[in-house]
Amino acid sequence: MVFIQVCVGSSCHLKGSAEVVELFQKAIAEHHLEDDVVLSGSFCIGKCNLTGVSVQIDEQVHVGVNRDNFRDLFKTYVLDVIENERK
Amino acid sequence: MRKFDTKVQHLKYKVLREVARLAWNDTLLENVMDVPKTIVPGNEPTMRCCVYKERAILGERVKLAMGGDKEKSNIIQVIEIACDECPVGGYEVTNACRGCLAHRCEDVCKRGAITFDQNHVAHIDKTKCIECGACAKVCPFTAIVHRKRPCQNACKIKAISMNDHKAAKIDDEKCIQCGACVYQCPFGAITDKSFILDAIKLLKESENGKNYKVYALVAPSISSQFAHVKLGNVITGLKEMGFYTVIEAALGADMVALSEARELAEKGVLTSSCCPAFVRYIKTAFPGLTKYISHNMSPMGALAKYVKETDPDSKVIFIGPCTAKKAEAQLESVKPYVDAVLTFEELQALFDSLDMDLPALEEGVLDNASYFGRIFARSGGLTDAAAQAMKEQNINFEIKPMVCDGIEECRVALLKMSKNVLGANFVEGMACVGGCIGGAGCLTHGEKNKAEVDKYGREAYEKTITDAVSVLK
Repeated sequence: MVFIQVCVGSSCHLKGSAEVVELFQKAIAEHHLEDDVVLSGSFCIGKCNLTGVSVQIDEQVHVGVNRDNFRDLFKTYVLDVIENERK
Repeated sequence: MRKFDTKVQHLKYKVLREVARLAWNDTLLENVMDVPKTIVPGNEPTMRCCVYKERAILGERVKLAMGGDKEKSNIIQVIEIACDECPVGGYEVTNACRGCLAHRCEDVCKRGAITFDQNHVAHIDKTKCIECGACAKVCPFTAIVHRKRPCQNACKIKAISMNDHKAAKIDDEKCIQCGACVYQCPFGAITDKSFILDAIKLLKESENGKNYKVYALVAPSISSQFAHVKLGNVITGLKEMGFYTVIEAALGADMVALSEARELAEKGVLTSSCCPAFVRYIKTAFPGLTKYISHNMSPMGALAKYVKETDPDSKVIFIGPCTAKKAEAQLESVKPYVDAVLTFEELQALFDSLDMDLPALEEGVLDNASYFGRIFARSGGLTDAAAQAMKEQNINFEIKPMVCDGIEECRVALLKMSKNVLGANFVEGMACVGGCIGGAGCLTHGEKNKAEVDKYGREAYEKTITDAVSVLK
């Protein structure tokens, strides 16, 4: 099980949290991971004013998440992790 | 720039500030008795008959700043020794009456309550007078005045009377905690209990988010407040004070707008549930209409619940213009989600108790809600949002709104509703005139405040309610 928290606090919101949330929703649906991933929001991950949106996946915080680097992030920290869990 | 409308607010603020200062330093217990003397230091009285009375009253203010008498459940309390026992004569002829020949006052009085002495000077027979005020309106010398206590005049639901000592007395059963009397009493003899000590304790013990996170939920009417600084400065100030983050309560308003629109379409008739004073008024004065009250929590409650569900260890402090919110936070249904309520007045005192130089702070951002969530702060905004929410959710339902601006208009609408002659299916009730921007806990009240709220609304990053709420799924 992977826990994903997308920051929807003011600072990240203005940098496009809504789009990142949508990307996660689409990717989760695409890979049929509804039972393996918990996607939720957070009002602050404590990394405001850096570039882009902050996302916390399990214990690790990733900053500067956007449309361009989303695929890599999702593969490394979500898909691969779940695959490992299944092994 | 001017921080408050009146000197009474300023006095109340000074007490809050001093109490807060001591509380931050953990020296309240030792020094609490000295607060009155800190505020009135000299031997010359500045407000009342003598310094001792001034300090005695300040002592009472200190008690209320510290949360007030726990035995008394009403948030709104009278400081009996501060009440000046204003005259209550009703309509009276003053010595400005020149004994004219026209006698318009006599002609207009339908009750025949006006007589004249040998000098043609008018007199009002109190046994006949029904206080309609017609005589006062027609007198060419404005010689007829209405002597009514400002508190009683402010309390449109008639919850204020006099006790045996002629001091103001609040009927706690009737009182809806709107705070109109608090703002209107020229002697500051009626005031709201403060929970600044609870807030300070929550913030201190969180140790900057180490032990738990403290969220500030800020009402959208803040856009019309703190005019001497930028909103961004206030946001940073809150974080410096120890809040983990600041969220717009207007996001809760967006959430509420969507579900309230669905509820209205389903039930067919609804009264709004955002204003806690309005909700309490229906329950106490029109119990038969209780079934029409929206089952939605207020924006404060809805958002606080969401925060606590995503972060169960967190603490939530609501900051707004409202004294009735303090009472709402004590309801069993809201208590688990809201840990303390502060007014803007109290927030100003907290900033200054830390000697915070707001303009010097970096400008933070605050953006969670849509235009529609933000305009809840003014009368009519909720109705606009409900109509928009209908559209966004493709609900085919014709809203016939009745926007009630202030508790007097609410009373009229509810009266009609109870007689089935209202001709509307949605009642937006706001106890304060103007909506939340007219709240008793606002620092300033002005004509421009509505425009400020609308401007702030237009600056929202999200233009639709659905978009603003989409991030919460």
